[in-house]
Amino acid sequence: MPFILRRLVFYVVAAWAAITLNFFIPRAIPGNVVEAIMSKFPGTLQPSAQKAIEAMLGVGHAGSLLSQYGHYLVDVAHFNFGTSLANYPAKVSTLVGAAIPWTLTLVGSATVIAFLVGTGLGILAGWRHGGLLDRALPGLMFIQAIPYFFLALVLIEVLAVHLHWFPIAQGYNGEVLVPGWDWSFISDAIDHSLLPAFTIVITSMAGWMLQMRNVMITTVGEDYVLAAQAKGLPNRRVVFTYAARNALLPQLQGFGLAIGFVVSGALVMEIVFSYPGIGLLLLNSVSSNDYPVMQACFLLITFAVLVANLIIDLVLVFVDPRVRAREATS
Amino acid sequence: MTAVLPLMTESALPVADQPVGRWRRLPTKAKVGAVLLGLFVIIAIVGPFVSPYSPGYQNPSPALSLHAPDAAHLLGTTQSGQDVLSQLLTGIGLTLVLAIAVGAVATALSVIVGVSSAYLGGVWDEVLMLIANVVLVLPALPLLIILLGYEPRQGLLATGVVLTALNWPWGARLIRAQTLAITNRDFVAAARETGERTWRILFSEIVPNEISLIAASFVNTVLFAIGASVALAFIGVADLNSYSLGTMLYWAQSQTAMNQGAWWWWAPPGIAVALIGTALVLLNFGIDELGNPRLRAAGNLNRVGGHRLYPADPTPVLHAMPKERGPVGRLLHSFSRSSLLDDRPGSRDGLSGHLSGPANDGERQ
Repeated sequence: MPFILRRLVFYVVAAWAAITLNFFIPRAIPGNVVEAIMSKFPGTLQPSAQKAIEAMLGVGHAGSLLSQYGHYLVDVAHFNFGTSLANYPAKVSTLVGAAIPWTLTLVGSATVIAFLVGTGLGILAGWRHGGLLDRALPGLMFIQAIPYFFLALVLIEVLAVHLHWFPIAQGYNGEVLVPGWDWSFISDAIDHSLLPAFTIVITSMAGWMLQMRNVMITTVGEDYVLAAQAKGLPNRRVVFTYAARNALLPQLQGFGLAIGFVVSGALVMEIVFSYPGIGLLLLNSVSSNDYPVMQACFLLITFAVLVANLIIDLVLVFVDPRVRAREATS
Repeated sequence: MTAVLPLMTESALPVADQPVGRWRRLPTKAKVGAVLLGLFVIIAIVGPFVSPYSPGYQNPSPALSLHAPDAAHLLGTTQSGQDVLSQLLTGIGLTLVLAIAVGAVATALSVIVGVSSAYLGGVWDEVLMLIANVVLVLPALPLLIILLGYEPRQGLLATGVVLTALNWPWGARLIRAQTLAITNRDFVAAARETGERTWRILFSEIVPNEISLIAASFVNTVLFAIGASVALAFIGVADLNSYSLGTMLYWAQSQTAMNQGAWWWWAPPGIAVALIGTALVLLNFGIDELGNPRLRAAGNLNRVGGHRLYPADPTPVLHAMPKERGPVGRLLHSFSRSSLLDDRPGSRDGLSGHLSGPANDGERQ
């Protein structure tokens, strides 16, 4: 089976596992979940909301567990996640849809920037093993070990509250502006995203750098790098085309595996900055026991991570000849 | 007897010598990490006995609400008059116990799954690795939030169980790969020929050779468990009546310690988490360096003709090395040579530079 097709099947299995988890977790709780949820909202939930909860859990459908499961899968396929409990009767898909663009631009771009800068610095540190940048590693380890949300708190305190360089929180100035495609809104949104993006970049960058540095050091010791130097090739060519080019492959594979972790961290960052993305929506739904929104957020984040992994696999096919060769022979 | 000889030579573990000598040979990073971690373990054990107050005791006196550090309260008090130092001492213990328990159980699971997956092969291997890869690719924190969100008590046990369930696949994959590599070695074949039972081959021939990998995956799991449990508590998905580093941060944040300038409340738990994390990362780096000597910091770089000679540099050609520089010249030079983009013929970084010699040297300065 071709490499990409095999990976595609794997991601479908993973997505199915996530959906199935989502279906069975509420059922694993002893007692009647619908009534338990209803009792958590005394007075605020209309009896009609019971239908919404049942739809979300798939228990409203008559029949066996299997047919409930079938109906649930159909609902998910139609992005029908029911109605929010905390913001009744807003549709879950509307709430989630409003949060997606914020997260996608902030977390997406910050993760890519962190990966690129971290990998670049890792190349430098690995090539000049024992040099200035390499000696700064213990300091970087400390930054990497700080809980990201804690660093965010410190940065807000110093840079936003005391120095007034950045806005303190939110995605835009909601008192004055209405989201739209005009310049005043976009510039304000960019202004508000700078500090969160900066925080995500410096906390996740160190990890990429350490990993790239380690692979780079091992690669620089390979015979073909020595051969390239012996041929008298310019330094830039040896570093980038010979050493870094090959050290990049494990780094890319690591990117796929770590992206779920990085995105999780970035979501917590949204919470600290009250940034109106999926992370904040997930947190608010947890604290208000808004199960339909919780589940939709989880599925959405999972799907995003799976798609990111698929993209990385596609990139790997292009940059790693061994993957292509395997594909040609199988 | 035939099995003994290859086993001795193939063993990845160094022959045991005096403990002092072994300690001295450890990489510096590992030593610093071990000492730092040991310090926190001691705090975790001794902490509850030396803590001056009960962590939950709320001093009713309004003067002791958000009191700055003084002799009676070395780290000040919280909004409700609780002693921060006592909370910190209890919290370090609780956070470490949870993380180490998760690390131990998850690592044991990954050894069992990894080794049996590699040894059984076939359908078992496919199924176990499929499960591992699926768990690995699902984003951990949202999954944790979903799983714990339905759990009404969200106690330590629930958090620990869920963290363990999500943490074994990474180690299992590494250990499986290592086991596959070791299984083909001669000493395993020899053990099999002598009629050793399968479980004995697995656990006394193969697993001991994976100690450094197992240690690394334990340290990684503990690191992740600390990060995840603190993050979960910080966003409120935990037993908020217990005193862990995460719940301390949760209360400090939710009662706006930051806006009130109560640094003694929010800073200590965060710094403690960061220090424990740094210790673990350093330890992991040390383990890596033990297994892969190339990674060791090139502390005593050779100097040739006033040049630092990096491991990546080709063998220098001595007569072509530029002449000795003064302090300022060296400083300027150190900047110019750290630029990788500079590969003009005059660059002294590569072999071409060494060969072109001092003639091109002048135009660069």
